[in-house]
Order: sequence, then structure tokens, then C-alpha cells
Amino acid sequence: MSAAPGLPPLLAANPRLDRWVGFGEPGRVTVSTGRVEIGQGVLTAMRQIAAEELGVRLERILLRSGDTDLTPNEGYTAGSQSIQFGGVALRLACAEVRGALLDHAAAAFSYSRTDLAVEDGAITHRGEPTGHDYWSLAAAVDLTRPARGAAPTETSEPRRIVGTNAPRVDLAAKVFGEPIFLHDMVLDGMLHARVVRQPRRGATLKAVDEAALRRTAKGPIEIIRNGNFLAITGPDETVVEAAAAVAPSHIAWDGLDPINPFQEEARWLLQQPSINRVVDAPPSPTPTPATNRYEATYTRMHIAHASVAPSCGVALYRDGRLEVWTHSQGVFPLRDALARTLKLDPAMISVRHVQGPGCYGHNGADDAATDAAVIALQMPGKPVRVRWRREEEFGFEPVSPAMVVTARATLDEVGRPADWTTEIWSGRHSSRPGGGGNLLAAEALPDPPPAPPATESPNPPGAGTRNGEPLYGFPAKRIVHHLIPETPVRTSSLRGLGATLNVFAIESAMDELAERAGEDPVAYRLSVLPEARARAVVEYVARISGWQPALPSGTGQGRGIGFARYKNMAAYAAIVAEVEVEDQVRVIRVWCACDAGLVINPDGAVNQLEGGIIQAASWALKEGVRLDTAGISSRDWEGYPVLRFTEVPEVTVELVGAAADLPSLGVGEAAGGPTVAAIGNAVAHALGARLRDLPLTRERVMAALLKS
Amino acid sequence: MPTVDLIVNGREVNVSADADTPLLDILRNHLGLFGTKFGCGLEQCGCCMVLVDGRPEKSCGKPLSTLVGKQILTIEGLGTPERPHRLQQAFLDEQAGQCGYCLSGILISAKALLDRNPAPSRREIAEALDDNICRCGSHNRILRAVARAAEHMREEGGAR
Ligand code: FES
Ligand code: FES
Repeated sequence: MSAAPGLPPLLAANPRLDRWVGFGEPGRVTVSTGRVEIGQGVLTAMRQIAAEELGVRLERILLRSGDTDLTPNEGYTAGSQSIQFGGVALRLACAEVRGALLDHAAAAFSYSRTDLAVEDGAITHRGEPTGHDYWSLAAAVDLTRPARGAAPTETSEPRRIVGTNAPRVDLAAKVFGEPIFLHDMVLDGMLHARVVRQPRRGATLKAVDEAALRRTAKGPIEIIRNGNFLAITGPDETVVEAAAAVAPSHIAWDGLDPINPFQEEARWLLQQPSINRVVDAPPSPTPTPATNRYEATYTRMHIAHASVAPSCGVALYRDGRLEVWTHSQGVFPLRDALARTLKLDPAMISVRHVQGPGCYGHNGADDAATDAAVIALQMPGKPVRVRWRREEEFGFEPVSPAMVVTARATLDEVGRPADWTTEIWSGRHSSRPGGGGNLLAAEALPDPPPAPPATESPNPPGAGTRNGEPLYGFPAKRIVHHLIPETPVRTSSLRGLGATLNVFAIESAMDELAERAGEDPVAYRLSVLPEARARAVVEYVARISGWQPALPSGTGQGRGIGFARYKNMAAYAAIVAEVEVEDQVRVIRVWCACDAGLVINPDGAVNQLEGGIIQAASWALKEGVRLDTAGISSRDWEGYPVLRFTEVPEVTVELVGAAADLPSLGVGEAAGGPTVAAIGNAVAHALGARLRDLPLTRERVMAALLKS
Repeated sequence: MPTVDLIVNGREVNVSADADTPLLDILRNHLGLFGTKFGCGLEQCGCCMVLVDGRPEKSCGKPLSTLVGKQILTIEGLGTPERPHRLQQAFLDEQAGQCGYCLSGILISAKALLDRNPAPSRREIAEALDDNICRCGSHNRILRAVARAAEHMREEGGAR
């Protein structure tokens, strides 16, 4: 089936209209999205988009999401793109279905097409009922045809549903404790399983004392082995869990090469072989006097997704077909990666999304699903549930890579950058399984598919280089990027990718340059910020936070600002943070102004921004993955602390320009970089000294105090 | 295998399981009550919080042997869609949650707080929830929801 030209990419890739919309159930509209719920409220927003465009009440929409057999293939639910791209495709598909049904009604019953309208699924003629509705007409309309992209969308009419605070469809089930998470799924005859992980990448199984394992188990277990992949299964989860906990003492491994724990701090990246490139303006050859130069280096440790619960996967292999249930962000890429890894035909694999704990990126979800699939293949006919242990999620999920960023500028005579360089050292930010591999269990199997080469997506959006280019109107800007392909631990995507440290570096530099110029940080930014929408959020956040220029620094109280437009193509966010610093940093309040264009569900967007701000405050103050010679050593919530209830700031989020009829821009990741930057600037203001290494821990504060 | 009598959500149940089986596994795998969640199994995250004789306890760390004859309240016993507890209603009203995985444990901790302190300050609510991790950053909405529930319950004279 070929798609019409000019369609949005996701509709072009999934052109059949019946992949998006169906009328199979009387009075209900089945709508499909390839996007999946990861806690961000996307199911609610997609229902709103469909109901608006089809002209039906929200309650009529039955939403299916993330199922390789049933829904459009939209790749990953990631990068704050669901609404910006997936929503646009869904909206056009709905508009076209609505148009097709109205065309049919006009032709079949000799109405003038322009006199027809839809009221909650019923067709009206000049406002009067016709006795026809979507359900009575649907059988006569071919929805298997490809989208043509010709139908107009409903922008002209006043919106009824889009732009309202429809409550989250999935929240009630969660507050009443209904079993809606994958972790709660039970299939008939289901076995529980735990994997005994290779302690290091490339470790090989030397010996397994199966007899001892069975002897210590308090009930029946089976031991599954495939190459260096080892798992314990059984009908009783308590028994399997206990057996897995003691298993390492009955197993011997070879190839346990130590890693260098010094690599937990990011500066080791500077000595590593790297793939180098320059983005944008060529390097400036003109040497300038030091008085006109700015240069400072910022770092961040590896960061864990640290989902509130470890990953889970369920699989069943029966009659040559593999079914997998997962909370992965991409059911289609996972299906393809499973096919390659397990040497199965993708047509024989179904992958379905079921909700899990919030993931914020590529965590252990795909790996747990793969574990379940590997075991299920060895136990045909038996459903297998793998739930990772807490220690396993912390120890083996892909983490966000450590980074080093140097901000460098040559200044003009009024202290503005005339030439700007952001130089970035980072491991890989995106190694999701869709790229050709990177499923943890695959490394343990006898004949794994080759690892994909390290690559980096171009800007924008970029990965490690994301937001590496300041939005400020400097005459010459460039990014120098060093991609370090070999890292001590597995790394991949986490909310914001490289934007977090890049924005921290750029916005810290902006504060220092403002200070050097003797100007207020807000006024200084505005003087070099050409875009009206960008200026508006900065001005707005300054206003709502009661920003005052020239407050004294070094008093222990501080406030700071941070700004970015996520990926330089999604939502604009400006943040002001207020902190108190004694021996450690407390973030007291945070204000956010965000311009996300047309917002489908304002409360949902605010919720996402609030969450992003708190998570970013946690990154800024507390988070860094610890390493020892055996790998990741921060394997519980004491080793990897996150912000808790008594530590969170009060947060005020306001949507600016939300009513404007501008395309919707993703917000899920918009606040992260600006929040970390605002906190960094506030801490510098409070201390009168700048911390350039994240997280801003007590030790680092004390060291700065001793120095000053 | 020993059998133990417990009272779960007001109902007497008899479970036969190994004496060290954690209460969390009893609830989920023996009684089919999936509202109580596994988060860490290390008594660090609060996802598995239940009330044992009215006190908030992490069920992942409570072996069956310590629970003979005890009264246990789980999220399923707090309220239902038809008869929501004030706390549950307030969480819906405030849209307090994102992934929602942490919520059942948080609701239980909040219930324990309101049982002993009907008019808690923001600080007191935060302290009562400090054993519960929410990674999505829904904290402020949750704090508001608990305060709102407390207010409603006071207005109603502490009913339910
Ligand atoms: S699961 Fe019990 S405290 Fe985390
Ligand atoms: S809402 Fe996701 S962990 Fe709290």
C-alpha cells in the first residue's frame, strides 16, 4: 500500500485508516495509537485528540495502544514527541475518517455535503438529525484504504475537548489498587522466573552447582541454561526469589575483568579514544586576548532511571508463536530486536504494551521482556513472568552516560559572545534495541547478533549534543562533539539525554558572563535572545517569581534562572529556583513558565512539567551512579538516593501562550535542563562560588566553602 | 507447611505458606490482592505499605510468622470506586499521580497519618510520606491531595 505524498511521517508509515480508527462496537469508536502510557498521560491526550476530531464524546473512545498486532507502528514513545508527531498523525487519520463517512452520507442520501455535520457520532443535516450515524454508515465505507491526507482538520470550529483538563483515564484504577500494571498480570499456569545475571559483560559460566541450588530451595524449581544465560523458574515466586538470592554462591564465572571505579567521575572521558565531529560554524582561527575569553568545564556522573519498581516481562511460546507483554517504550522495535536475537520470524512474534512504573527512558523494560522470551522459548506452552530484582535494575539497566562539557566564548566589546563553542564528551545516549541489538540477555546467548556501531543522531534533535547549541543570537556558534564508544557500563537514553548537562553548562556560563558584564542575569539573557517566544517565557518567569536584580550573593540564600527550548525545536521553558545553602543545598521553590503551543490537556502538561522539575532537582542535588571494580555498586535506594517528600521544593508551573493556535510541542523533557541550570545558578548566588560538577552534594558544597 | 489466620481488610483468611514468606507475597500471590506493590523488597521504598493493626508497615519485610491474628489493611480495603475513601477521592480531584505505581503505598501511609493527626501541616504530611518514594515527581500534588482529604474529613467530623 503506498501512501499519498505530504502526509505526516507516521501516517505515511501506517497509511491504512482502519489501523487508526474503527467502529466495530456499537456506540464506541476504537482508536489506536502506537504510543504507550509511561506515566505521562498520553492515553488521555490521545483520546481527547480523537474525540475532538471525530466529533464524539470522550466516553465513546476505546483506546488501544502499543500492540504489534493491532496498532500503528510509531517506533518509540520517547523524546517528548508523542503529541507533536503521534498526535498529529492520529488527528489527520480521524479527520479523514470523519470526512469519508460524511462524503458517503452525502452521496448515499443526496445531501449537500456542506450541510452535514457530526454531533456525538450522529450525522446532522443543517442541524437536524438524519437518522444516520457513524455506526450505521461504517460498513459501507472502506477504511482499509490508505490515507490521502486531503481532509481538513477541525481547527476552525471552537474546540470542545482539546485544551480542556480531561482527567487521567488510568488514574482511578491506580488509586483503587486495581491490577493494571504488567507486574500484576497473571496467566493460567504462569511460572515465575529470575535471571542469574552475568556479573560482568562477557563473563562465562564455569560451573553451576545445580544440586546445591535445588537443595537450598524451599520448593520445586527448574534451572534454565542457554550459553551464559542462566535462570531459575518455578510456580512459587517466593521460592524462586529466595533461590535467586543465594544462587551466586553456587555459581562460578570466568572472565571477571575488573573495571576502573575511577570512571564514575566524568573526567576520565577526556582521556578516552573518541569519534569527533564539529557541528555548525567552523572553528574560529582568530586568537583573542584572554580578557575577552570565557572558558569553563562542567561535568555530570552517570544517572540511573531508577524507576520506582524494577522491570517486568511476561512471555508465552506456543505453537511456534511468541507472545510478549512488556512495559517497553517501543513494542515494534522490541519485536524486531527479539526476532533478530532469537532467530524468529517477526511475523511470529506479538509484543503488547502493559503499563509499568514510570520509566523516563530506556531502562530495564526491554531486557526483562527479552529474559522472559528466552526462557519461554525453552518452556513451550508455559507463560513465564520475569520480575527483575531491585539490585538487578540498579545494577544492569542502561544508565545515562557521564558527560563533560566545556563552554567557551570570545566576547565582543560589550561582553556578549561573538563566537561560541560547546565542546562535549559523552558516551552513547541512545542505544535502544531498535538500533540493532542491545538486549542484555542477548550478550549471554551462544550466538548473539553483532553489536550495532556507535552512532549519534544529527542536530536537531541530537543526542549527546542535544541543546548543545545555545538559542541565543551569538554571531558564530558551534558544537565540538567527542563520542566515546567504550564506556565501563551500558548507557542509553534518559529523559533529556545530553540536554541536561549542555543546558547546565550554557546557562551557568550565561550567568558568569552577565556577572562579568556587571548586568542582571535576566536582563543579560534578554539582550541576546532574539526569539519572541523565548523572551516571553523568560520575562514571564521573572515576573511570577518576583525576580529582583542585584540581590547580594554569598548570603546562603540564592536564586537563579535557567532557560532552554528543548532540542531547540520543542517547548520553551524558563525556570527560576530559590535555594538555601548551609552545608547542603535545599531547593525551596521553583517557578516555571513554559510555552508548548497548543496544549491538548493543560493539567496533564503541568503535571509532566512539575514531575520533570522535581526529577531534575533530584539529579542536581543527589544523583550519580557509583562504581566499584565489579561494576555499578549503587544497587539500592541508600546507594542511589533520590529526592524524598521532605526535600522537594514547592513548584509553580504556568503555561504561557497555551491558547495560541500553534502546533503542539512536547513538554515531558522541557524543564529538566533549565531546572538543573537554575539550581546551579541559585547555588552559585547563595555561596558566592560556583560548583561545576553534578551532583551538588554536601561534600562539594563544603569544598567550595573551604576554598572561598 | 504451617497455616496462619489473619484478618485482611476485615475478612478472616487462612493461609498456608512457609513461615518466612513476606506478607507482600501472601497478599499478591496467595490472596490475589495486587494493589500492594513490589518496589524494592528491601524496606526502602514504601510501595508495599500496608497497615498492620493500624500501623504503617512495609509488607516486603514482614514475615508471615509475625502476623498471627493481626488486622491488615491494604489499598483494596481503603475504598472502592463506588465508595471511595476521602483520600482516594482527593487524589483523583488533585490528579495526584503520573505512573501511579507508588500511589497505593502512599495512600496507606497517608491513611495512617490522618488516623493519628486529622489536621497535619504540609511539613507533617511530608514527614509521614518520607518512607515512600515517588520517582515521577508527583509530590506536590500528593501533598495537596492529603491536605484536601484531611480538610474534608474534618468537615465531616472524621467519618470513615
Ligand atoms: S517493596 Fe517494600 S519497601 Fe520497597
Ligand atoms: S507517580 Fe510514578 S512513582 Fe509516583
